[in-house]
Order: sequence, then structure tokens, then C-alpha cells
Amino acid sequence: MPDSNRILDILKKNEAQILTDWASEQTAAMADRSDLMNDAETRIQGKEFLGLLQTAVQFDGASDVQAAEWEPVRDMLANVSRSRALKGFTPSETANFVFSLKKPLFVHLQQELRADPAALADELWKITILLDKLGLWTTEVYQRSRNEIIARQQQELLELSTPVVKLWDGVLAVPLIGTLDSARTQIVMEALLQMIVDTGSEIAIIDITGVPTVDTLTAQHLLKAVSAARLMGADCIISGIRPQIAQTIVHLGVDLTTVTTKATMADAFRTAMQRLGTAFTRPQAKG
Amino acid sequence: MERIPILRMGDVLLVTIQVDMYDRLAMTLQDDLTIRISETGAHGVLIDISSLDIVDSFIGRVLSNISLMASVLDATTVVVGMQPAVAITLVELGLSLQGVKTALNVERGMAMLRASTHLVDEKAEDAHREN
Repeated sequence: MPDSNRILDILKKNEAQILTDWASEQTAAMADRSDLMNDAETRIQGKEFLGLLQTAVQFDGASDVQAAEWEPVRDMLANVSRSRALKGFTPSETANFVFSLKKPLFVHLQQELRADPAALADELWKITILLDKLGLWTTEVYQRSRNEIIARQQQELLELSTPVVKLWDGVLAVPLIGTLDSARTQIVMEALLQMIVDTGSEIAIIDITGVPTVDTLTAQHLLKAVSAARLMGADCIISGIRPQIAQTIVHLGVDLTTVTTKATMADAFRTAMQRLGTAFTRPQAKG
Repeated sequence: MERIPILRMGDVLLVTIQVDMYDRLAMTLQDDLTIRISETGAHGVLIDISSLDIVDSFIGRVLSNISLMASVLDATTVVVGMQPAVAITLVELGLSLQGVKTALNVERGMAMLRASTHLVDEKAEDAHREN
């Protein structure tokens, strides 16, 4: 395989020079992001990549980067993209890691094949294709890691924002914060119903002070939770309805007359205590 | 044929569903229960579904119907111990069993029935004494 060996020869012969050029290319491209980059790390990554690239090029005529021989290279690039995605690099800056290798490689190719323009064009084309594929691969991995980060944060948000609190014997409270979509309502509903079973509570207060907007869908979700709790034998009180929300609900024609609603959590709690037959008295001040 | 037992406790009929409900069984229960209510003159029916894991729309409607039929026969029905998953399923199916009384467990359900049949009991006792 004379073609692929030519790339390999150049890589081997000029590794140190290419590495230095490459590192300076990268530093130049990322001049305004010096807070994220560090030269030593770039060099280490570059050296590792060149080493793996040489091994991979030996096996195959540098065509199919999805082949098994290219796995170490792909893994290495995936690690680089992932760490860059976590650090907050943009996709172009991440892909730049691979693309900036083009210039140093082309310079050396040109020196090597000055006498044979046809072979030079051929080699340039091959390397371009190869590096483009690897560059796209880094972007792909970058995108995937970003999606993973987003998914994980969503999950954390879901877990964080759905507590069910026991206020009193037989009284539960669910302070809802943030927009209510189907997935969240489902989780809230399950948590609430399970807690009703566990504590044997008769009254649940759903506080929507932290819900920014209530539309027909949100109202429907709330009513579902209330109906489900009722089926299990617990009453629900919805509290924390702000004036704007009260207006929206009426304008939308949502029927909340079947549910007890209160303006504040305190009112809801008082109602709950009355239903349980508990009364509070303020102790007489002394003197 | 399999049947769900209906137990009589004074003024109240006690039904504990401990097997998976299928359509025939639900219809049989509906028949048996209405017959027993009119035979015994019971004023309360307590249906415990705490060991029921799966409820479909048909069973949901039968429960609702039983409650309505009992109220026609002057008996109050309380469904107790519904599992969270079952409650969610019924709500998602659009069956919120309007008009059916519910309670968390048998104890609360009995208290509820006693409260609602209390006046009836007193009247019956008064009538008994006069005789």
C-alpha cells in the first residue's frame, strides 16, 4: 500500500515538527479562549492523536473511519470532544482540534511530493477526506455529550422539584414549582398518591404559587391529580392561586368548581385543620 | 363458577375483592350485590379493592354502576383502598367515578358509612321501640 504509507512516512518522519505546528495552529485559532485552553494539554492530546493515527493508517488505506481499526482514534477523539463539551467549548472550537491538523500536514506533503503534482493532489484529497470525517465525528460526539448533559439536568430538575411534605397528621402538602407538563404531573401525581397511602392522609394541599402560568393543559393535569387522589379517598385543596391566574382560569373557561381552592397555603391549612376537627388557640399573653 | 363473597356485618355489606376482576365476575358481583341489598335491607356497602392491581374501563364502570344501583336501593356505597396506579389509570381513562364515595382504608370507610347510616339506625331503633 504505497499510498497510505506515504502519509505514514510523513507522520513518522516529521512528527515533532507537525506536532509543534499543530499546537501553534490551535493556540492561534483559540487565541480569545485562552482561559479554556492550555498548551501542555493540547500537546499531550496532539501527541496521543498522532500516535493513534499512525497505527490506524498502517492498517487501512485511510478510508473508512468507522472500521474497527480506527476504534482507538475514534475513542480518543470522543474523549476529547466530551471533555471539551463539558468545559463549554463551541462545536466549531471542538472540531477545530482535528481541522487544524490539515495545514501542518499539507505543508509537509507539499515538501515531500513537490516533484509529483498528480500524487500530491491525490494525497491531499485523501487526507482531506480523512480529516473531514474525523472532524465530523468529533462534532457528532460533542452533540451527543451535550444532549446527555441536558437529559441529566432535566432528570435532576424533575427529582428536585417534586417534594411531597407532611404538614400535620393527615395533611400533606405539594408545593409545585415551575411549568407543569405531562411528565412532571405524572411524577407529582405518583409521589402524592404513594405518600397518601404511606401516611394515610385524608387531605392534600397542592400549592401552585411557584407555577408561572396556568393554561388549559396545566389545569387539566391538576384536575387529574385531584380526581386520582379523590378516588383513593383523599381530598385535595389547591392553594396559591394568584390574581392573574384566577383571571386566566375564568377566561379559559376551566371549571374548578369541583375543587376547593384557596388563595394562600395558610388558608388551605386552616381549612384542612377545620375538616380534621383540630382548632388552634393563641395562648394568653402573660402579665 | 367463581364468585366474590358478600359478607353481612349488621347494617353493612362487606365485599372484599381479592382476585383479578374479569368482566363476567364483575357482572356476577353486580347481580349478587343488588339481590343481597334488597334481601337484607342493608344501608351501607363497603367495597375493598386494595388488592386489585388492574382495573380497566369496564370494571371502572361496573364499580360506578354498582354504587348508583345501591343508592337507588337506599344504600350508600364506599369504595376503599384503591391503589395509586389504579387511581391514575382510571383518571387517564377519563373515569373519575363521580358520585362514588371513596376512603383510604376499611376503617375510614366504615366510619364514613356509620356516619351516613347513623340517622337511619336511630330511626329504625325508635320504630323498633315503639313496637
